[in-house]
Amino acid sequence: MADIKKLVSMLKELDDLLTGCMRCGMCQAQCPVFAQTGKETDVTRGKLALLSGLSDEILKDPEAVNEKLQRCLLCGTCEANCPSGVKVTDIFLRARAILSGYLGLPPSQRLVFRRLLTNPKLMNNLLSLGASLQGLFTKEADGVIGTSCARFNAPLIADRHFKKLASKPLHSVTPKKDTPPGKSGLRVAFFPGCVTDKVFPQVGQAVLKILEHHQVGVFMPPNQSCCGIPALSSGETEVFDKLVRQNLDLFATSKWDYLLTPCATCTATIAELWPKYYGDKMDGIRAANIADKVMDVSQFLHDVLKIPTKESASPAKVAYHDPCHLRNTLKITTQPRQVLAAGGKYTTAELPSGPSCCGSGGSFNLKHYKLSDVIGRKKAESIAATGAGVAATSCPACMLQLADMLSKTGHSIPVKHVVELYAETL
Amino acid sequence: MIRDALKNEFQKIVGKDNVMTEAAELHAYSYDSAVLDQTQPAVVVRPENSESLGKVVKLCNENGLKLTVRGAGTNLSGGTIPHPGGVVCLTTALDKVLEINEEDLYAVVQPGVVTAKFAAQVAAKGLLYPPDPGSQAVSTLGGNVAENAGGLRALKYGVTKDYVMGVDFFDVNGELIRSGGKTVKCVTGYNLAGLMIASEGTLGVFENITLKLVPFPAAYKAMMAVFPDMMDASRAVAAIIANKIVPATLEFMDNFTIRTIENFRKAGLPVDAAAMLLIEVDGHQGQVEDDAAKVEAICKENKATSVRVAKDDAERNAVWQARRDALPALARVKPTTVLEDATVPRSKIPAMMQALDKIAKKYDLIIGTFGHAGDGNLHPTILTDKRDQKEWHRVEAAVDAIFDEALALGGTLSGEHGIGIAKAKYLKNEYGVGAINYSRRMKSVLDPNNILNPGKILGPLLA
Repeated sequence: MADIKKLVSMLKELDDLLTGCMRCGMCQAQCPVFAQTGKETDVTRGKLALLSGLSDEILKDPEAVNEKLQRCLLCGTCEANCPSGVKVTDIFLRARAILSGYLGLPPSQRLVFRRLLTNPKLMNNLLSLGASLQGLFTKEADGVIGTSCARFNAPLIADRHFKKLASKPLHSVTPKKDTPPGKSGLRVAFFPGCVTDKVFPQVGQAVLKILEHHQVGVFMPPNQSCCGIPALSSGETEVFDKLVRQNLDLFATSKWDYLLTPCATCTATIAELWPKYYGDKMDGIRAANIADKVMDVSQFLHDVLKIPTKESASPAKVAYHDPCHLRNTLKITTQPRQVLAAGGKYTTAELPSGPSCCGSGGSFNLKHYKLSDVIGRKKAESIAATGAGVAATSCPACMLQLADMLSKTGHSIPVKHVVELYAETL
Repeated sequence: MIRDALKNEFQKIVGKDNVMTEAAELHAYSYDSAVLDQTQPAVVVRPENSESLGKVVKLCNENGLKLTVRGAGTNLSGGTIPHPGGVVCLTTALDKVLEINEEDLYAVVQPGVVTAKFAAQVAAKGLLYPPDPGSQAVSTLGGNVAENAGGLRALKYGVTKDYVMGVDFFDVNGELIRSGGKTVKCVTGYNLAGLMIASEGTLGVFENITLKLVPFPAAYKAMMAVFPDMMDASRAVAAIIANKIVPATLEFMDNFTIRTIENFRKAGLPVDAAAMLLIEVDGHQGQVEDDAAKVEAICKENKATSVRVAKDDAERNAVWQARRDALPALARVKPTTVLEDATVPRSKIPAMMQALDKIAKKYDLIIGTFGHAGDGNLHPTILTDKRDQKEWHRVEAAVDAIFDEALALGGTLSGEHGIGIAKAKYLKNEYGVGAINYSRRMKSVLDPNNILNPGKILGPLLA
């Protein structure tokens, strides 16, 4: 293990960011994890205090601090509501990188990040093998939602009701696309993101259908890499850099006006994190340029294409869940609702509990499934309370969580992406 | 370090998951919202019901363990900073609203209920729980009672103490003491509930609290008045009251605060104004119309350059957004924010403002001031960086000067934040040695082992 002095000196770089916290504790009102546990180490103020303690050498237990630091969904709700404007996500991502560099990631996790994530072809092959075998180990849980659960006792799956890997991922049906701008005069690059590609290919197809309908040219290169957020949030900055560079190279091979993704997390990562954390300073300008052009699909449809809204006499209610990365990071809340309404078939039913994190948080769901489960069940009850026949959101990761929770709580409410519902009205 | 045997005892009472002894966990309870040094407890416990709460108190007393009860830890005077090596008892799991009685207008709550959540539940029944401290989104009712928290509506509706009908609390032996009741009138025995209010956790541990509720006002109207001079704003405040109008809220902001908010929100605030008053009147529709018109006229008579009356809820919200922005905007100017609550009779606000101006100049500090003009409770907010040691010494000297000034003007050390550790040293300046000795004698009888939040209010002599 490296010298603790070195750790302290690395953490000192966070000092300016950390002192901005005036310890008012207002983050307690926002934090979904604290709401469940009531423990100070689970809320932002506590985590910031732990990092300060470590950096001031009052506290000498980096393992414990790292463990507490992982108990965060990175939903950004605290940051969006922080009176002092503390850059919480920035601090946490940097601290995770420093601590995981110091403590080292578990070898299995490191292998996944370094060998698999950075090799899209290998990952695709491996996952399609998985897709063909998964039926042996799983059985149907809810036919309407389309979830499965473990057939045998499987610690990795636990009691999850999950969406299976798609038998035909998007990249196998539509490996690439390169069409000229139509009447819209626009051409967009399309980044479906891993979960869309491998679990919800129909979301990707919906986007392509919408773009074709509105006569928007599409550039979708094959062998796209992950946006990098799983690596970055685990502190694997080298892997993150590699993934960003692979994507930058890929999308630089053609000209386009906007980069669209149907994934709130990918959009937020490309918009905010690529330019901030991409380590290659020489090449940083490319990351900044792409960050300026990335858009959530609904944002593009509403703000750029200005799609018209069809009038409807009796639209069906859709319970809309605001993904944290759209709501907190990108401040996009109206556009998905407008797109839902635009088709003339649906109207948004607001959740009685208000917007809040669904509890997924990417790898948080893997590491702290029990907590993720409690938070998610509340979300499911809130969705059910709207009386809507369909739940929709703008993030495939949230879709996984909502499907799991609605299925487990016995609410047979299908979960759709906003663009799926809009596409069916075209 | 806590002995294993004791740790086991605590685990037996509250369960394994609710006893924290790891260094990182203890570190997270070594501070509150006050800018003070951190001190670590030896153990943190989180009882999930009243019975275990009582047992925790008893166990602490039997073992001479210093006990600090903590809700949201939003205390601004160090009241929830634990005694070194002591016990922190969390109330975050004691968060049930036990009863909301619409016939007799009261509610019974556990101490860990979050103020704003409670207010929302009560409002859903058409009732109002008026105390609304700035931290209400997270602060707990137990803490509000223990500190006698105030808020924006204090001018008309009073502070927390005006709504406490009863407190059931554990004494140091873990015996449940009942006080007050559910009747509007209740003069049975000593006013023990009154004794608990503002006692800052030094006399008992709250088990549940009975709070008075009032009907929600039928109508309200908010307005924003801009003044070229602070004296004019102060005269307007005095004239409003003299005209027998008691607004629900009457808030004040100085020029520095206005400019900082404008810089932060870009909401079109008058950056040249010396002062701004944010006023809301409430009550019956007719009365609200009358009062609002009178207030507008009074402000103009006192040289307000403009008075903007909110026409709808959106405009009303804009008025209050400006007030809500005061702290966030100021907090972003410098890393450390020292928020004080020196309070003077409202007629002395201009004198206090002038004094603050002098103090800022003398100690070369940035002080933004906003607060409750209607009740004289000001929040001079010093913007600094604690890491700059020279400046920090000047901050400490300036804080001393602020309290000297407030007392000289017939004011008080704390309008709503409490004494805690931060202001214990000034206590004799306000009440003299007699009051301190009387309080100490009382505490020594009720808490002979001095386990209940020692060092708070009465200073370190008993600690």
